[in-house]
Amino acid sequence: MEVNQYLEMFIDESKEHLQSCSEHLLDLEKNPNDLAIVSEIFRSAHTLKGMAATMGFEDLADLTHKMENVLDAIRNEKISVTSEILDVVFESVDHLEEMVNDIASGGDGKRDVSQTVEKLKRIEAQEPIDGIAVPQVEEVATEAVESKLSFDTFEKTVINQSFDQGFTVYEIYVKLRDDCLLKAARVFMVFEILEKIGEVIKAVPTVEKLEEEQFDSEFYIAFVSKEDTTALQEKLLKVSEVELVEVTAVSKAQFNAPEEQQQPEPVVAPVQQTAPVQQAPAQVVEQKPAEKAPAKAQVATSKTIRVNIERLDILMNLFEELVIDRGRLQSISSEVNHSELTETVERMSRTMGDLQTIVLTMRMVPVETVFNRFPKMVRQISRDLNKKIRLDVIGAETELDRTVIDEIGDPLVHLIRNSVDHGIESPEVRRANGKPEEGTVQLRAFHSGNHVFIEIEDDGAGVNREKVLSKAIARGLVTPEVAPTLSDKQVAEFIMAAGFSTADVISDISGRGVGLDVVKTTIESLGGQISIDSTPGKGSVFSIQLPLTLSIISVMLVEIEKEIYAIPLSSIIETSIIRTSDILNAHNQKVIDFRGKVVPLVFLEEIFEVPRTEPANDGFHSVVIVRKNDKLAGLVVDSFIGQQEIVLKSLGNYLTNIFAISGATILGNGKVALIVDCNALIK
Amino acid sequence: MTNITTEVESMKVIVFQLADKEYAVPVAQVRGIEKLMHITRVPKTPHYVKGVINLRGVVTPIIDLRERFGLPLPADEETTRIIIIQLEDMEVGFVVDSANDVLDIAMEAIEPQPEVVGSYEEEFISGVAKIDNRLLILLHLEKVLIM
Repeated sequence: MEVNQYLEMFIDESKEHLQSCSEHLLDLEKNPNDLAIVSEIFRSAHTLKGMAATMGFEDLADLTHKMENVLDAIRNEKISVTSEILDVVFESVDHLEEMVNDIASGGDGKRDVSQTVEKLKRIEAQEPIDGIAVPQVEEVATEAVESKLSFDTFEKTVINQSFDQGFTVYEIYVKLRDDCLLKAARVFMVFEILEKIGEVIKAVPTVEKLEEEQFDSEFYIAFVSKEDTTALQEKLLKVSEVELVEVTAVSKAQFNAPEEQQQPEPVVAPVQQTAPVQQAPAQVVEQKPAEKAPAKAQVATSKTIRVNIERLDILMNLFEELVIDRGRLQSISSEVNHSELTETVERMSRTMGDLQTIVLTMRMVPVETVFNRFPKMVRQISRDLNKKIRLDVIGAETELDRTVIDEIGDPLVHLIRNSVDHGIESPEVRRANGKPEEGTVQLRAFHSGNHVFIEIEDDGAGVNREKVLSKAIARGLVTPEVAPTLSDKQVAEFIMAAGFSTADVISDISGRGVGLDVVKTTIESLGGQISIDSTPGKGSVFSIQLPLTLSIISVMLVEIEKEIYAIPLSSIIETSIIRTSDILNAHNQKVIDFRGKVVPLVFLEEIFEVPRTEPANDGFHSVVIVRKNDKLAGLVVDSFIGQQEIVLKSLGNYLTNIFAISGATILGNGKVALIVDCNALIK
Repeated sequence: MTNITTEVESMKVIVFQLADKEYAVPVAQVRGIEKLMHITRVPKTPHYVKGVINLRGVVTPIIDLRERFGLPLPADEETTRIIIIQLEDMEVGFVVDSANDVLDIAMEAIEPQPEVVGSYEEEFISGVAKIDNRLLILLHLEKVLIM
């Protein structure tokens, strides 16, 4: 079987199913008696097993199978849910994730899982179920129950009448090929055939939805006819691009039986020989709409397509080229001063503005893709540390550019580990301090202006002022004299300084002394900022501010001698022209009084060692006031050129870590301008 | 003689001039040869890093080889070229006096003896090759690029 073309899809789908397994397992842990959740997990696992077997990943299929056995036993109430069992199931899911990742990176998905398999077997053996073949049989039955259509009173009446008139009632399952192009046309053809030989009572999804192609690739039909099953099946299979047709006759007794006992027998085996396995890809595409909550079904109605991320990257690159050319056109048109040219360029610029919004929003991904691995992680760590911790996730639907998403995962892992390890106290300590035993870590994401904020709040011990201060003094970060004057916030900021760790016991969760400073550096390299607020005894909040996108930013172009630099607009408070006489001296630092605040001046000419051919001082200075958190600085330049949208480019792999330069851009005249890193200039 | 043996026994190189000597880099590592264009100075970098250029939309750092080797600096000439070199994941341009030639050097003509040339650029040399009456100095690119 040619599997390569499905490999990518297999990996995507497997990851989705594993994610859903993890999520439901966490749910199950909270509600151990809710067997509906077990069924969900079972379904995901079962689909995964089928896909893995079809794709020839035996180890993956085998482990899933063993896990499935345990789930089946739970579902059939032969085993009750305990955290020990869940641990093993989680472990299996972890292994499965590793396997899928291995396959994704080109491996064969093989992995030694004998220990986990042994554990699974032992759990299963506590209440031995009848051999391994049993679940297989049951699955088929289960699916039939799941796929059962539900009917309203009117439909039931019609069906009952049909029984009385000697018609047979069929439940038909049709699956179209995944690459089917004209789904609506195929649906039409199927219905045309059916309507010639009988009557369609009901379709799931509804006929309207089917005609609008608002379904994945499969649908169910309740059908009354006098044809026999084989004839029906053959007729339907004649429609091209139909992959699978299952026709199940429903007897009157079954139909009228109470819900739980409906066990329609599959009268005709599925057409394909290795049905249970081959059927699996049918479910891959999406769960049956009928089973989804109504809200979900509505979401699905908006039409979407899957686009390879590489294509979006290429689109973005091409668009960046256009932005550079637009800059060039703008500068040419202002030189030429030809009214029609100017008009055209202006119109083009407006269109490109709209285009830019669209291109950028297309690349937005919900932070959920990063957040969804945290619940499991927190569960694992809290068990390792014997702490009771609840993780609340708020705003997982907040969207961020993919480039930012790719980078933000590791820093967040670190911060959450930090909160769980250092922040939340052990249950005994919490009880002694009059707090609930269960600690809470809240992970929040929200939009504000041109930024996305991610906050991690815990109700733990907070930053221990004394401990941090003594360490900061020992490290020479602050003098003992100044220490008492520092605010709690300033003290808390120390824990993000390089090589700082106050954990008494160095655990392998965090506290290796490398960490928070790395987090800080990573976030700043993304053009973001991180701050911490902490109240001793009450808890801490880490707040991360991130730009919506990294590739196109608004800047203010400034000139120093003949050199042009770009200052990100996001850091700029305002620009101002000051007199030389306005400059004051304080502790060898030139400062100005800016709206009642003392603002230190930074002469970019000195910082960047700009070669001077003639002294530019004419008694006035152009100053750009920039901000980092609540600190200000005035960057002194020769003159302001203006505001522009630019494309951020890296300086390449040779020039790295250039002081106070965060990157480069290409100007309208084709020259390179450097982008000033304001964060590095403010201490 | 077959093509295969030629490939094994010789190496194609780009030959360029720097002061009074001729240097060579393997053609496989050369991405292109450009005329001198506007270079944007990058502050706080070693003195031999002239800055960055816009190479068809890619910001590319430029190293002045004369400065790198401690040679006296002449005024920019019409013949001055930037040779774009690719080394692993880095792309860097070298400013040279002129780019002269593309040559095949037989492997056996390469001697790993840097003593025969002057001392100042010795550490950047991986070997020398004598072809007819010309002495070509083969550059050790990794060492040239180490800051």
